Amino acid sequence: MSNIPTELRYASTHEWVRSEGNGVFTVGITEHAQDLLGDMVFVDLPDVGDAVTTGDDCAVAESVKAASDIYAPITGEVIEINGQLENSPELVNSDSFGEGWMFKIQADDPAEADGLMDAEAYGMSIDDE
Amino acid sequence: MNTTALHGAHIKAGAKMVDFFGWNMPINYGSQIEEHHAVRQDAGMFDVSHMTIVDVVGVQAKDYLRYLLANDVEKLQLKGKALYSGMLNDEGGVVDDLIVYHFESTNYRLVVNSATKEKDLNWLNKVADGFDVSITERDEFAMIAVQGPNAQAKAQRLFSSAQKEAVQGMKPFFGVQAEDLFIATTGYTGEAGYEIMVPVGRAEEFWDQLLAAGVVPCGLGARDTLRLEAGMNLYGQDMDETISPLSANMGWTITWEPTEREFMGRKALEAQKAAGHEKLVGLVMTEKGVLRAGLKVIATTGEGVITSGTFSPTLGYSIAMARVPAGTEIGSTVDVEMRKKLVSVSVVKPSFVRNGKSVL
Repeated sequence: MSNIPTELRYASTHEWVRSEGNGVFTVGITEHAQDLLGDMVFVDLPDVGDAVTTGDDCAVAESVKAASDIYAPITGEVIEINGQLENSPELVNSDSFGEGWMFKIQADDPAEADGLMDAEAYGMSIDDE
Repeated sequence: MNTTALHGAHIKAGAKMVDFFGWNMPINYGSQIEEHHAVRQDAGMFDVSHMTIVDVVGVQAKDYLRYLLANDVEKLQLKGKALYSGMLNDEGGVVDDLIVYHFESTNYRLVVNSATKEKDLNWLNKVADGFDVSITERDEFAMIAVQGPNAQAKAQRLFSSAQKEAVQGMKPFFGVQAEDLFIATTGYTGEAGYEIMVPVGRAEEFWDQLLAAGVVPCGLGARDTLRLEAGMNLYGQDMDETISPLSANMGWTITWEPTEREFMGRKALEAQKAAGHEKLVGLVMTEKGVLRAGLKVIATTGEGVITSGTFSPTLGYSIAMARVPAGTEIGSTVDVEMRKKLVSVSVVKPSFVRNGKSVL
């Protein structure tokens, strides 16, 4: 049973979102997702300044097994990316909700994140998989 | 699904299990990359009990194998000496690849792939018709491959004095029966080590003892990255019944002399040799990304296909094997079509790492 922090919100495509205040949200992929993907070898992040729209593929997580698209969980502008993932993509596996974070979005509408699943709903959705 | 005698041991070790051609097998025990490094740097072990062991015994065992196999068992004069070979069909395609151990001219042991077991046994029996030979599957053994620079030393801690003596100074590609264990200096990783056949009743205990000796459990994920780094083919990917050994970097396993030796597929092979054929090369991509099986290769000589591709944990970038047109030169660059763009990659011999080090 994987860890699903209750203070985060979740997209059905296994991205998590953490509110940092002022409409800034950190995005990563869940522990469940990294377990499905296996050992990460490359993470292709968006560029700072990129505009992303909800549901668009904006990053790629490449594991030994396969390349998987990461989708923007909310609409906004990418204001920061996790440079550590360049040399240590395995952080996505070992610390999915912490040091394995991928990028930060300045949300066009901070309330949009409220529409994402809470921990309980995400937990139920992966139980059904 | 079939389970091996070590199924319980895998669960205990926290394995993620998958269906491997009808066998319930561990793909990893956490991190396949860490398992890979353990084999290159220390000692790792693989449950290979799903492979098929077949004893070939009888007055005409040697004659039979000289007809069945493209490589020539006549080369095996010493007791215990082994070789790697393909067995071919009449079109010169590979039915399977295998290792054969020689004990006497009337007694050999084959180890063939698990995914092709039924096909292989039918084939072996069909070809045996007309030869005074018996084909017997040995399913009372589990098999554990212990691989890495410290593998032999760690495995030897489990051996009796007679077993230690039996493997003293044993060169690569030999096998010996010593008390209840069959110990071979073979492997699928490019590192030194043993492949050990253990009676099923003793398998879990043996595994536990290896664990206690500091050998790291390794799954199918690491097995694939290790063998590809070592330039070893995977049947069903790098070659199959429609592919000639000449197009699968197996030309070195064909023994043409003496010309009088009739072996299955010989005529087709001779025709292919004369007409020209594709070849299997290595590819290296130092940019970010992973080369994968099935991707198209575009060369000045024509088009080809990647047969096996992965991320190489030892090298830190992606490597692949690809079947390409005849004139494609080692040292040249070719393009691979990946996710709607063309990526330039280097063509190398299909071997990347040996004994822990890059050979590029």
